[in-house]
Amino acid sequence: MSYTPVVQKLIDELGRMPGIGPKSAQRIAFWILRSERVDVERLASSITEAKNKTSFCRVCFDIAEGDLCPTCEDTRRDTGVLCVVEDPRDVVAVERSGSFKGRYHVLHGAISPIDGIGPDRLRIKELLARIDPESVTEVILCTNPNLEGEATAMYIGRLLAPLGVKATRLASGLPVGGDLEYADELTLGRAMEGRISLG
Amino acid sequence: MSLYRTRGIVLRTTRLGEADRIVNLVTEDRGKVRAVVKGVRRTASRWGGRMEPLMHVSLMAWNGRELDTVTQAEVVEVFKCVREDLNRMAKAAVMAEVVDRLCHDQSDDPAPYRMLRGALASLDSADSPAIVGAFLWKLLAQEGAAPVLEICAGCGGEGPLRYFDPAAGGATCGSCRGGRPLSPGAADAIAGVLGGRLNSVLRECDSRTASEMERLAAAAMEHHLERRLWSLGVLER
Ligand SMILES: [Zn+2]
Ligand SMILES: [Zn+2]
Repeated sequence: MSYTPVVQKLIDELGRMPGIGPKSAQRIAFWILRSERVDVERLASSITEAKNKTSFCRVCFDIAEGDLCPTCEDTRRDTGVLCVVEDPRDVVAVERSGSFKGRYHVLHGAISPIDGIGPDRLRIKELLARIDPESVTEVILCTNPNLEGEATAMYIGRLLAPLGVKATRLASGLPVGGDLEYADELTLGRAMEGRISLG
Repeated sequence: MSLYRTRGIVLRTTRLGEADRIVNLVTEDRGKVRAVVKGVRRTASRWGGRMEPLMHVSLMAWNGRELDTVTQAEVVEVFKCVREDLNRMAKAAVMAEVVDRLCHDQSDDPAPYRMLRGALASLDSADSPAIVGAFLWKLLAQEGAAPVLEICAGCGGEGPLRYFDPAAGGATCGSCRGGRPLSPGAADAIAGVLGGRLNSVLRECDSRTASEMERLAAAAMEHHLERRLWSLGVLER
């Protein structure tokens, strides 16, 4: 069986979204078709509004409504310390922890040799350009704890060394609430290396 | 659906849905396996770093129609020095990409798995400049695409052979000249790798000859695969 052209077009568009396979696309499409007109119009207008009213912060490349994002605009944030993340969602995650008071820099990806993604595809040049003008003394490389994230952190660390900036990496440890016996060798090894002294 | 057990090396991973990944592995006895690892992207997942690229694991998985599903995995080798050194990691990425492109599902040929395992172990213990070139040439030979080096691959003449032409399948003479220049040192290193002198080439090859051998191997591999290698020189971009 096949759908009418407009329905098929909707399914195809939905199916292009990350993590949405053909089955999910069909499910969402039929949910939309069954919904009240006002609900659908609100959804459609919030998509266009979000797209129209946001861009990337000209300093840190986080999502911004206007020239600067809220953190770059906030004069109470510490200057001199930058937290480098792969994705705008990571900014939200670090903010939720409440333990960072400096500013961010969003790379928009990670180095992934096997996917052909090199440093040129990330906002690395823009990061280096911030070091001097903002008198940055420490860069926290807060990329994902996987091979791509590690590669990205090592690459940036290598560029920062000659600039006399302290580059740090988040400690890798055991997940809180987990049992030691289930830890894998890589995680346990890192946790051992990053141990802290008591008292 | 049936449950199987095998050993393999993770070649690449791609995100799937909210928290899952699809991993491509080259295995000991099932060729290339593509399998889902559920929940692996959650920071507190029970998988931890087990299914990261370049991990050598022993695993259990369900055989599926399109994708298998990994149910358990244990680490066999971590290749720690490869993971913690950007240059070695970049080299390992080229080797993993090539194996990923070359290997097919449902093959019982253990050679690609064994060769990658050996190359990663070698890279883990010492960073030879010749490792990637040597690996690519060995793999090409394994695929039945070893280069012709003794006589001109164009006309069959005796040479001197000062060029290398991937399209012709080997070294070429001055009148057939196509492709790129081939130095006597690189020709000797390639012949050594393919002729049972792998370890001495890995130990003794100087970095200039090694990089020429790697460039030629990459050209031959790209010709063989009929596509570009994405991971080659990725850090220099
Ligand atoms: Zn900003
Ligand atoms: Zn000839």
